[in-house]
Amino acid sequence: MKSKFRPNEEERSIGQINTASLPDIIFMLLFFFMVTTVMREVDLKVNIHVPEATQAKKLEKKSLVSFIYVGKPLPRFQKMFGTEPRIQLNDQFRTVRDIQDFIAQEKDQLNEADRNKLTVSLKVDENTQMGIVSDIKQSLRRANALKISYSSVKTDKIR
Amino acid sequence: MARKLQPINAGSMADIAFLLLIFFLVTTTMDVDTGLMRMLPPMPEKNQKKTNDKIKERNVFVVLINKNNELLVEGNRMDIHQLRQAAKDFIANPDNRDDLPEKEWKDIPFFGHVFVTKNPVISLQNDRGTSYGTYIKVQNELIAAKDELRNELARSKFGMNYDDLDKEKQEAIKKYYPAAISEAEPKNVGGGKQ
Repeated sequence: MKSKFRPNEEERSIGQINTASLPDIIFMLLFFFMVTTVMREVDLKVNIHVPEATQAKKLEKKSLVSFIYVGKPLPRFQKMFGTEPRIQLNDQFRTVRDIQDFIAQEKDQLNEADRNKLTVSLKVDENTQMGIVSDIKQSLRRANALKISYSSVKTDKIR
Repeated sequence: MARKLQPINAGSMADIAFLLLIFFLVTTTMDVDTGLMRMLPPMPEKNQKKTNDKIKERNVFVVLINKNNELLVEGNRMDIHQLRQAAKDFIANPDNRDDLPEKEWKDIPFFGHVFVTKNPVISLQNDRGTSYGTYIKVQNELIAAKDELRNELARSKFGMNYDDLDKEKQEAIKKYYPAAISEAEPKNVGGGKQ
């Protein structure tokens, strides 16, 4: 008698799953990630924990944004650069004096119509003292880059 | 004689796509940058005359932060949690008090003839030793005070949040609450070292 629960060999084999559409699925995932993400631009050499704010707004137009990073150098750079907060522009440690050149460079890369729309995002560690930030703000004014954004994490309530 | 074409083996296609996918996952980031948007004042021209149009003292809301991250608001020490309400009272001056900004009758589209404050200015000054975290908290409170007032008005008048309104209505509300937050010239207000 044939068992109800044990079908014979022929019925049990289900055959191979058709994987022909697997590449298509993966390609779709790939395109999704290509569209929604942006290339990592710099390696951070400073330690940054940005403050929280309830009124933070999203920065529009990534191409019109330049970043200035300020914070303590990472441990492996501390031998050379000390533990005081430093400025990082692109991939290098810089001083306040280099900011005007940096802004001029960034403006050169934009087309003429967009030059006044350049936004500078200040990514500053929350334990930094304001002295260095004031200096940066002054040289940004001198470089005529007046739109700034104090980078901060959006929260609903501050502690 | 035509040779019969063998089907190309596409079994490794998935692997190639996976490799590409992993490459993109590693090299890209998804984080959206958020921040407090501010405008810096332009640098004064060298031969520009000092303007004499003094802003009356009652129209300026002075917030000082010293190097110990303590607040001095209009001459009184204040806790940061009280700052938002104080700034809101200053911008709107609902009871028309003498020590808060002057008010005037103004014609504003959508609102008609209304009694509003005349150019209140919030001046935020900090010391070189102030911590950036505190500075941002204070900035946030001041911006929040302005945004809350505008949102309250927008909701009661148009039933929408300020950000969702069209440009004309936003301009009208801006005229109703014309608060300016000034990023002052750096000064040493709290005894930090230069």
